Amino acid sequence: MLPLNYYLALSALIFAIGVLGVIIRRNLIIIIMSIELMLNAANLAFVAFARAQAAVNGQSIVIFVMAVAAAEAVVGLAIIITLFRRRPSLDPQEMQLLKG
Amino acid sequence: MVTELAIFFILAALLITSSLSVIFQKNAVHSALSLVAALFLMAVIFLTLRAPMLAVFQILVYAGAIMVIFLFVIMLLNPRAREPRKLVWWGGGCLGAALLALELIALLLPAGGGALVTGSTAAATFGSPKELAESLFTDFVLPFELTSILLLVALIGTVVLAKREA
Amino acid sequence: MMVTESSALLGWIPLLPLLGSAVNVLFGQRLGRMAAGWLACACVAASLLFSLWLWLHLPAGGIFRDSLFTWIESSPFKVNVALMLDPLTVVMLVVITGIGLLIHVYSLGYMGEDEGMVRYFAYLNLFVFFMLLLVLADNLLLLFVGWEGVGLCSYLLIGFWYQDHTNTIAANKAFIVNRIGDVCFVLGILLLFWELGRHGAGTLEFLELKSRVSLLPTGRITLITLLLFAGATGKSAQIPLYVWLPDAMQGPTPVSALIHAATMVTAGIYMTARLHFLFALAPATLAVIASIGVLTALWAATIALAQNDIKRVLAYSTVSQLGYMFVAVGVGAYSAAVFHLFTHAFFKACLFLSAGSVIHGLHGEQDMLKMGGLKGYFPTTYWTYLIAALAISGAPLTAGFFSKDQILWLAFTNGSVWLWLVAWLTAGLTAFYMFRQFFLVFHGPCRVDEKLRAGIHESPPVMTVPLMLLALGSVVAGWLGMPEYLLGSVWDQWLEPVFGLPGNAHGSVAMEILLMLLTLGLAGGGVYLAYRAYFPTWVPGALHRLVLNKYYIDELYGIVFVRPLTRVADWFAQTLDPAVLDRIVNAVGRRTLANSLFWRRLQTGNVQHYLVYFLAGTLLILAYYLY
Repeated sequence: MLPLNYYLALSALIFAIGVLGVIIRRNLIIIIMSIELMLNAANLAFVAFARAQAAVNGQSIVIFVMAVAAAEAVVGLAIIITLFRRRPSLDPQEMQLLKG
Repeated sequence: MVTELAIFFILAALLITSSLSVIFQKNAVHSALSLVAALFLMAVIFLTLRAPMLAVFQILVYAGAIMVIFLFVIMLLNPRAREPRKLVWWGGGCLGAALLALELIALLLPAGGGALVTGSTAAATFGSPKELAESLFTDFVLPFELTSILLLVALIGTVVLAKREA
Repeated sequence: MMVTESSALLGWIPLLPLLGSAVNVLFGQRLGRMAAGWLACACVAASLLFSLWLWLHLPAGGIFRDSLFTWIESSPFKVNVALMLDPLTVVMLVVITGIGLLIHVYSLGYMGEDEGMVRYFAYLNLFVFFMLLLVLADNLLLLFVGWEGVGLCSYLLIGFWYQDHTNTIAANKAFIVNRIGDVCFVLGILLLFWELGRHGAGTLEFLELKSRVSLLPTGRITLITLLLFAGATGKSAQIPLYVWLPDAMQGPTPVSALIHAATMVTAGIYMTARLHFLFALAPATLAVIASIGVLTALWAATIALAQNDIKRVLAYSTVSQLGYMFVAVGVGAYSAAVFHLFTHAFFKACLFLSAGSVIHGLHGEQDMLKMGGLKGYFPTTYWTYLIAALAISGAPLTAGFFSKDQILWLAFTNGSVWLWLVAWLTAGLTAFYMFRQFFLVFHGPCRVDEKLRAGIHESPPVMTVPLMLLALGSVVAGWLGMPEYLLGSVWDQWLEPVFGLPGNAHGSVAMEILLMLLTLGLAGGGVYLAYRAYFPTWVPGALHRLVLNKYYIDELYGIVFVRPLTRVADWFAQTLDPAVLDRIVNAVGRRTLANSLFWRRLQTGNVQHYLVYFLAGTLLILAYYLY
């Protein structure tokens, strides 16, 4: 008999942690991992709501989120590799060509 | 009831710990492994929420495929462990994230209401592959098809991007 | 009850010249010079035909009226673009389109070799459009549109040969002096509308005004009419705003004939005639009008005595004759004023075009002191000029005889003896200076430059035929308005629906004949004196320099008005503008730049910074939703 709110609170916490990671870390790969964390938090919320409303649709959506997350992570990593070839650095703060 | 609560809190605590570990570890490989742990824990939570199919998917796809790729790339690029850290930046970031969490919780609580997760009028087959498949292939058939195209595009894009110049 | 009919032709009368002008502007170069010219003539001819048709079909005691569209509507102020045709309009239309057509045809010859012929005809047609709009308008505001438009075209045509700076100066002068009059005119219109509005009867339509103006107190009406007349002094070249007309002679001679003799300058007369019911309620203004008119007539006639430029004499003559028309207006003889307008159009246009013929034949020479003995070279022009000169001097049975005599007679009876006396003296001067010009140009020894003499030629038929027609008009046009003791006036009857019958003459027929003989005698004396003085030679005398220099009026205006204003303008431009305005404007620019430089620093190029902005925004939005 767990209230839904607990799961939502947990989801919010994980999301915030993910956001923290994206903003703070200076390693591109870890930034993408933090994004994965945020998506997982969203998935948790979806599943919790699906259970609370006895609607399986929520779980279907999670499948899509996973698919999209996978695609996005892979493409992101490919971009990182390309960037790395240009300059052997994974620090986003060294990539400021669009400054101004 | 109490056991459920206990299980939840243990899982939650572990999840939070591993998430924090993801972002606070110096070594990228350690971060990746922490993420794997977090994803596993998430799968277990899915199980408690009567989504066995999703739990399996989570382990197979997320913790399995995606994290493997991450590790490959980390190994490939071999980044230095050194990362400059500024206190102002980190302090401010933590503050912002904390605020975000608080605000989100404050917003979400009324949405949740007092609804109970367990013990709701859900059929025994809730979350079973059959039900999931029914929902997926009837209500969501269009997104399903589009996702396949999405994956194709991601595949081609990645290959093109990551290719070495001939 | 007045019959009002509508006719679609009404709108086409002004529209055709406008279209002609537009076509010449857009396609004139492709059409070629002669085709453009003939097109312009055709448009005016068509307008003439429509006018004549409408004249013939004008219902007795009725008018044609056509409302084209609503121009301004802001209750209670409503102005339509609407046209009206009554007997007065018919007179103006015949003058504008008829004499206008002759001048257009004449221009084909006069401007035939000019580079800008297409532009010339475009401007000329545009002028005809505006003038037609002015006389066809059924409300005061639309009349004013035409008023302004003809001023614009006058400017464009005076400065036609713009490469020569003196021409552009003259054009500017014309426009600016006109402007001064126009300011008063606008004030008059506004005041009229305002005052009527206070009585709940605000309107600017002539037919409505006629019944409503009696609501206003005399003092107000006097002010309004004075302002309107001030506008007329500008447009119709009376004291004090006549100074632009002599300078306007810099433009091509047909322009001088059309605009500055027959049509535009008569707009002031037309306006007072149109609003005669308003002016009738302000006897003070009428007195002012008559005084200024007769003074201008005398003043300008004296200046004309000493001018050496063939066109200047005619310009001052025009100012003088316009003064006569205003004298008639001032004594309430509107029909006579319009009659003189009509006859004056014929003989003045004839005079100008004849002068143009001479100028054209002499390849641009305008100084009469370098002419003389041209009778043999210009057989046709000689006779047309002579006929027109006789007409303006008031020779018996010519047009000028009847119209001028009628004015003199009415000045004597409805005005005062003094009014008549000054006008009478001016008639003598008129005869004198006209024949001075005649003898200087056509008789006596030929003082033309030796080199030019071989090339002197009479003008081609395209120029002489209009001359002959105008000369004919100079004689015949007057027969419409014969005094009572001869055949009676068709003219007055024609204009009766507009002005009412002229009041019973206060004098007797015998008096009238006596005055007519006096005038004739003086005019004859003038001609004789001119003959004795200038035929065959002439030597300058005393007082001559003062009059030759137009009493130095232009110089006076220059010192009193123009120089101070120029100094003020210079101060604004060189001192105030850079010091104050430029600094303000530049400061605004610098502020904006500084501001943007400040905000530019947000764009660091660092993605994580942008994410922080993201986060901050999200926090704010969420906070908003929480409250």
